[in-house]
Formats: sequence, C-alpha cells, structure tokens
Amino acid sequence: MAKSLFEKAIDWGRRKSPWIIHFNAGACNGCDIEVVDAITPRFDVERFGLMLKGTPRHADVLVCTGAVTLQTRDRLKRIYEQMPDPKFVIAVGTCACSGGIFDGCYCVAGGIDAVIPVNVYVPGCAARPEAIIDAVVKLLTALENMQKGTPAAPVDDNVADVSALEEIENAVTEASAAAVHSDNQPADSATTGSQGGEE
Amino acid sequence: MAKNVVIPIGPQHPSLKEPACFTITLEGEKVVNAVVGTGYNHRGLEKACEARSYLQDIYIIERVCGICSHIHSTTFCQSVEELAGVEIPRRAAYIRTLMAELERLHSHLLWLGIAGHEVGFDTLLMYSWRDRELVLDILAMLGGNRVNYGINTLGGVRRDVTPEQIEKIRKVVDIVEERNKYYVQLALSETTLAARLGGIGKLSHDDAIKFGAVGPVSRAAEVADDIRVTDPYSAYDEVPVTAITDNHADVFGRTVVRVLEIMESVKMIRFCLDNLPDGDIAVKVPRKIPEGEAFVRTEAPRGEDAHYVRSNGTDKPDRVRVRAASEANWHGMKHMLEGDYLADVPIIIAAIDPCYSCTDRAIVLDNHDTGKQSVIDWRTLREYSINWYKARGIDTGKIKIADSHLIF
Ligand code: SF4
Repeated sequence: MAKSLFEKAIDWGRRKSPWIIHFNAGACNGCDIEVVDAITPRFDVERFGLMLKGTPRHADVLVCTGAVTLQTRDRLKRIYEQMPDPKFVIAVGTCACSGGIFDGCYCVAGGIDAVIPVNVYVPGCAARPEAIIDAVVKLLTALENMQKGTPAAPVDDNVADVSALEEIENAVTEASAAAVHSDNQPADSATTGSQGGEE
Repeated sequence: MAKNVVIPIGPQHPSLKEPACFTITLEGEKVVNAVVGTGYNHRGLEKACEARSYLQDIYIIERVCGICSHIHSTTFCQSVEELAGVEIPRRAAYIRTLMAELERLHSHLLWLGIAGHEVGFDTLLMYSWRDRELVLDILAMLGGNRVNYGINTLGGVRRDVTPEQIEKIRKVVDIVEERNKYYVQLALSETTLAARLGGIGKLSHDDAIKFGAVGPVSRAAEVADDIRVTDPYSAYDEVPVTAITDNHADVFGRTVVRVLEIMESVKMIRFCLDNLPDGDIAVKVPRKIPEGEAFVRTEAPRGEDAHYVRSNGTDKPDRVRVRAASEANWHGMKHMLEGDYLADVPIIIAAIDPCYSCTDRAIVLDNHDTGKQSVIDWRTLREYSINWYKARGIDTGKIKIADSHLIF
C-alpha cells in the first residue's frame, strides 16, 4: 500500500532530524567526550540534522557508551523503554560493544547488547568522532532504505568502519578481557548468580 | 511557610555526561539539603588490576578516567618503579611532564566549555572545544590515540619525541596561548560571566581544608596546594611551576584559576621542549616486583591523584588503590550547594570538574532527619551485599576473604 502524504512527511522528518540522547552506562569518560566532541565545530555532526536532547522521551536514537554496570543496568532499560518507537541504539566504544577491558569485572554486566538491542556498533577505545559520524550516517542510510522498502541489509550489519588500528586494539582488549579474574570476590559469584536468574 | 520539595536529578540528566544522582531538597528556590549519590560508574577496576600483570594494569589504569588518563598511568608507573627501585631516564621524565601539561591544557579547555554550556553560554563551549582539538591532535601525534595515549610504560615512556614533532608542538602551543589570552580576558572582565559565577558554590579557605578539597577548588580558596610544587615528581623538580591561587572561593575563582593555569602549562610545555635532555627513554623493569608498598601522589588537572600499590613479590599486584581528585572534591559538594538557588546547581556541580568514572566506589549515607552522616566501609558493604543476595536465595557469605584485603 502506498504511503499517505502524512506518513511520507513523518518518514522524512525522521530521516532528516533524528534527535539523540546520550547515556553513559559505565564508561571511562573517554568515549563520552568524543561523543560531545562530535557536535563541536570541527566535526559538527549537527549538519546531519542531529540534535542532542536531554530526555529520552524526545529522542529517536540512544547513543550509549561504556560497559553496563550493575547499578546502571535498570536505568538503561528504563531509558530505552521511555523512548518512543521507532528507536535506535548506537553503542559507542569497545566497552559498549562487548564490555571490552571491563568485561569480567565483578560490577559489570557486559556490553550494551547484554541489556538492550543495539543497532550500530562503533568499536575503538576511544571511538574517534569520525567513526561516530560514520555510524550515524550508516544508521540514517539504513533507515532510508527501510522506509523505501528496499530490502536493505539488516541494520546490525552496518558496523561502522574500523581502521586497522582499531581492530588490533580490539583484539588486545579482548585478549586482556579473556584473562578474567576468578578471584574469591563475593560480588563475583553474586553477579553471575543474579544474571543467571534473570536471563 | 513554604513546603520543602525534593527534586531528584539524575542519574541520566542533560547537563552532565556521566551518571550520578543528586537529591536536592528545596525550600522555595533555595537548596536546603543535597544528597550526592554516586556509584553508577563503579566497574571494579582495582580488583581487575589484581588479576593481571603490572604491564597489563597500565592499560586498565589508563581507563580509570578518559580525561586524566595520562596522569593515572604516570602515578601507577611511578608507584611500581618505586617498588622495583628503578629510576627512569631524565628524558622519559621530561616526556611524561610534557604529556601531563598537554593533558592539563586539554582538560581545562574542556572544562571551560562545559562551564560555558552550564550557564547557557554555548558559544564558549564551541570556541574552547575548537581550540582543544588542536591539543588533541598533538596528543594523538605523540601517543597515537586521542584519548588514552598509552605513552607510559614501566621504567619510562614508549615513544620518543622527534625534532619535527617539537616544532609542531611549539606552533600549536603558540596558537593555544593566543586564544587563551581571550579566555583570560573573558573570565576576568566579562561582567555577565562574573555576575553569573560570582558568589555561588562558596567554599571558604577553612572549609576547603576541612573537607579536604584539592586542585583548582582548593586553590580558588587560597590553599596553595599543588603537588607539583609541594612534592615534585617526574621532571617538576626542574620545571618551574607556580601554584595559581585566587581568593574568591567560589565558582568564579575556580574559573580564574583554571584559565590562568592554562597559561602556566603553556610556559611549562615550552620549558620542557627547550630543555629536553638526550638519552634513553626507558629502562628495563623486572617482571616480578619485590615485596613492598608504595604510595605516590601527583597533580592531575582536577587535583591530587594518589595511588597505593602493594606487591607480594609476584608479577601481579596484591592491592591497587586509586584515589582520584574528584573523589576528594565531592565531600564539600553538599556544603557548596546548600543555600544556593536551584538554577545554580548544575554549574556548581560542574565547577569541581567532576569525574565519576574515577570516583565511584563507596556509599555515603546522609540522614536528613537526624543530621547524621555515615560512611559504609568495605566490610559493612560486603555484609550488606551478602545479606541482599541471601534474601534472594544466593549465599555468597561462605567465601572467606583475607583480612589483609580489608585496608579501609
Ligand atoms: S571504549 Fe575505551 S575510551 Fe571508550 S569508554 Fe570504554 S574504556 Fe573508555
């Protein structure tokens, strides 16, 4: 069925001015600063119609940084639930993608996708603003294809470009994360316990 | 009689980029009580350090905070070097100092922008972050990454500075100095800024000492406390440092201290470049570190950063404790907020240049009714968590933990 003019206008609006909200789920701050960097003059991501908003109820895209800590886990879920449909999530930074260097820490639940579905992953520690812009553009392209009904690749495949350097960095992060400590820390076993209970 | 209203701010809120929860009690427009709730960013890095070797730990320690990443790794490396009884080459010490001052430049410019944003002066945010990019370029050139430079290693630094790089740094530093003159003028003589920032978030000289404030917060209250002067490390014994102080003891004073510190940093960077000694950039440090403890203090852009490292003779530390600057400054926050207007809350919080990722650890309970404050220590916290999970059918209390781990 052809779309009405009204629906087309909404589609256009969605494509041309996605509003974003930024949430730090337990990052080291590095990626957050890079996200803010992306809106300042040198990178100026606002030229794609993007605007940083303060409340999830106004936002279409959730830009999330950091490994999810146990204390932010429920907040993150709530923020995601408060966003109106259709909603998209960009995970910025290696630790948002997979837990990265913090994976296995007693207070970390894992990457963002351990809690909410993620559409675009931007690896890099810290992810460079260029990579963040690339992720945004890819998300918008995927959105356009979706609206047009072109059988586009699922958004998940649109992983932002990674330079060779970042790939190596990821490998290193993951290798060090593999050396997960199995210390006799009480919270350790507690974490696994509560996670196991929820899944 | 106005009724008190309690406003929760956070953990996700538009003005601060990191999660923290503030419970503000208002009487009319005035803040009568403030409770700071941090801990959302607690990831358990100290524990993670104990499971990895010293060399791997540098990688983790850099990620304690993405803004003062270099100073954290410097402090950690120094602690380990002290334990191993290694002296780093002078050239390495100078390069560390150079990086630390460049980091201070970018951190203070970042803060200036955020402060501008908090008071609705977004132009300042755009200006100062534009200039900050130049400094980041230099840091990326020297270290290979914009945020976590990874230049430190045990026994020195990993990358040398070439003469061409020195030329580039000089050029950028000249530009930054030129632009910063404008910010200094702005901070000192712009009447709207002075009116907006003056007199709010007061922390007097005595209170700054009482609450243990550090860095620009205490220096703005005329506490001449700068670890670079009082306890020189790296190359600060040779690099001339002046501790900038101010007597306003409010947000305005903190702004003045920071913009003037940028000027000081510029001078120090030039000194480092002019006097960079020749020689090696690193010495070898044994893989296994002899038994002992070390406690090292450094001056991060936000104030005193202290690391405690205890080794047990293996290649992994027995205990690592990080006490970052923001952690010290949080204690005075309640005092700074009380008596001010709600509209000033964001800028007062931003004025200590808070950084949660390095702070989040303990829980402070503040009982408004009884006026009592209590701090949950490690042992109580552990018991609390055991009981919490017990109530949900998981018994973690059987796990014994050595008393030597309870150092708080
Ligand atoms: S990916 Fe790296 S820089 Fe980014 S928040 Fe995580 S640890 Fe920090």
